[in-house]
Amino acid sequence: MTSSSMNRPSEQHPAFPKSAYNFAFLDEGSKREIRRKTLKAVAIPGYQVPFASRELPIGRGWGTGGLQLTLSLIGRADSVKVIDQGNDDSVNAVSIRKLIEETSGIATTEDAAEATVIQSRHRVPEEKLNGGQILVLQVPQPEPLRHVERKEQITRRLHAEMDYSAIWLTLYESVVKWGSITVGADYPVLVHDRYIMAPSPIPRWDNPKLHQAEHLTLLGAGREKKIYAVPPYTNVVPLQFEDYPFEIEHFVGKSCRRCGSAHTFLDEVTDGETGEILHQCSDTAFCAKTIERRESHVASIQA
Amino acid sequence: MSLPSRLDSQQRQGAAQDAAPDERPILQVRNLNKRFGDGCAHCLPAHVEHPGNRCPRCGSVQACIDLNFDLYPGEILGVVGESGSGKSTMVRSLYFDEDATSGEMFISSCKNGESNLLAESAQQKRYIRNHVMGMVYQNPYLGLRMSYSSSGNIAEKLFAADHFHVGRIRERAAELLGRVEIPLGRMDEPPKRFSGGMQQRVQISKALANNPPLLLLDEVTTGLDLSVQARVLDLIRSLRRELKVAMVVVSHDLGVIRMLADRTMVLRQGRIIEMGLTDQILEDPQHAYTQLLVHSLL
Repeated sequence: MTSSSMNRPSEQHPAFPKSAYNFAFLDEGSKREIRRKTLKAVAIPGYQVPFASRELPIGRGWGTGGLQLTLSLIGRADSVKVIDQGNDDSVNAVSIRKLIEETSGIATTEDAAEATVIQSRHRVPEEKLNGGQILVLQVPQPEPLRHVERKEQITRRLHAEMDYSAIWLTLYESVVKWGSITVGADYPVLVHDRYIMAPSPIPRWDNPKLHQAEHLTLLGAGREKKIYAVPPYTNVVPLQFEDYPFEIEHFVGKSCRRCGSAHTFLDEVTDGETGEILHQCSDTAFCAKTIERRESHVASIQA
Repeated sequence: MSLPSRLDSQQRQGAAQDAAPDERPILQVRNLNKRFGDGCAHCLPAHVEHPGNRCPRCGSVQACIDLNFDLYPGEILGVVGESGSGKSTMVRSLYFDEDATSGEMFISSCKNGESNLLAESAQQKRYIRNHVMGMVYQNPYLGLRMSYSSSGNIAEKLFAADHFHVGRIRERAAELLGRVEIPLGRMDEPPKRFSGGMQQRVQISKALANNPPLLLLDEVTTGLDLSVQARVLDLIRSLRRELKVAMVVVSHDLGVIRMLADRTMVLRQGRIIEMGLTDQILEDPQHAYTQLLVHSLL
């Protein structure tokens, strides 16, 4: 073997072997920091806990908050599911899943019922999560007051003094302008009668799934360096006016083109050839599961 | 939950000038002090006087020194003084915009007037300023959210008092904006599209949203042209006449004070140097500085 080929990285001898990384990429000190702040967040539902956000091999704003939570939480027995907008196969989800796999060696899954830790961007899985599961949401902007108040110093004081009239003002403005509350995603919620929280840009459809849920929801914002949480069995109530109540999205008369389901959050897709507007489940793993279940049911009847 | 009673509220009727002498003051201020900076051994002893109230050693400024006064229901108290005399700092301290260094403040409709409001927690102070006080700043940008609608600005005050019915909030906003002569067709326009005088009137209606018994006005007419000034002053006078709101009116303009105030206090270098009926102060000033002030009127 010549010296030049020895120095060239290969499958067997990578330039930087995975064994050089600590389990789950982060060093133990960082994990402890994140876990401690997570505990504090769980203890104060909806309160944004600042934490020492670490550098990761993905860009800030690409899910570093959620990834840090996931990496600090997983053990060897865990199985992780990563979703991006309900999709298991998009680039971001695949990259994050690969990073977790390669640095920890633990199992990953697409089945929401099997996973112990579910990291998600912009969706809560359609399947009801249970007490043993943790949902990690990636958050671009943890501060619900940010678009009315730019200064962190002031928003913190407003939270401390429970002065949320500014948030109500934004909802009022939308009613005045458009005749209804037009906030489509990241709909502000009041957590256990204390803090108003940005539930990350999940559609309104997913808000009720956080209310009195069996599972723990953790929300991490890597760029904004904040962790907050909704512990199990916590009240999560969307803000609403007495005469303009909160409503989830309606998909009346629409169903998924693949699995036919009419009780899931549907994405609009345009047929490339005919230009026809079609709908399909946003949660792809759930969709696939429904199809599979139906086919096995059909098979069992035929047999 | 019902919205605050209509503008022609009955409860404060007949409280103004014909007030019985033994009536309780709505606002009592005792030994209010405000110092900017930490102070040092050189300036903290009260008897030490410095030019401009600024300590030459530590740079702390004593903006208000031992202010004592009462305000009765439906009364208008004028505050005059040159710039830097502590007028604005005083009202900002009363509205909790500034944390007073020491002193006591009692409002009769708040905790039965027995609790020193300056010592309350931040949450309590926020509650008090949203429920029993209204503030109108010289600069409308301080009191209004310029890029949100005018009705929204009023709604914000009502949200703070736990009213969450859009229909009723809009009724109340229309009523208030009508009161200050903003055309109803423009109630959903942001104040930044309004003229200065209109902005000031929107600010006044915002301050009145929760029917507060006490209104603080900080140089409301400064920077407005004369005819607009006259309209705003007319408005304030009619508010007092109809709503019986007690007001503290800060101004450096003696004309404004003469027109509005029942009683006047003169501030200089953070101290009250003279206080009494407005006519008395303006016609027969006792203190040398007040004499100078009155005679410097054009």
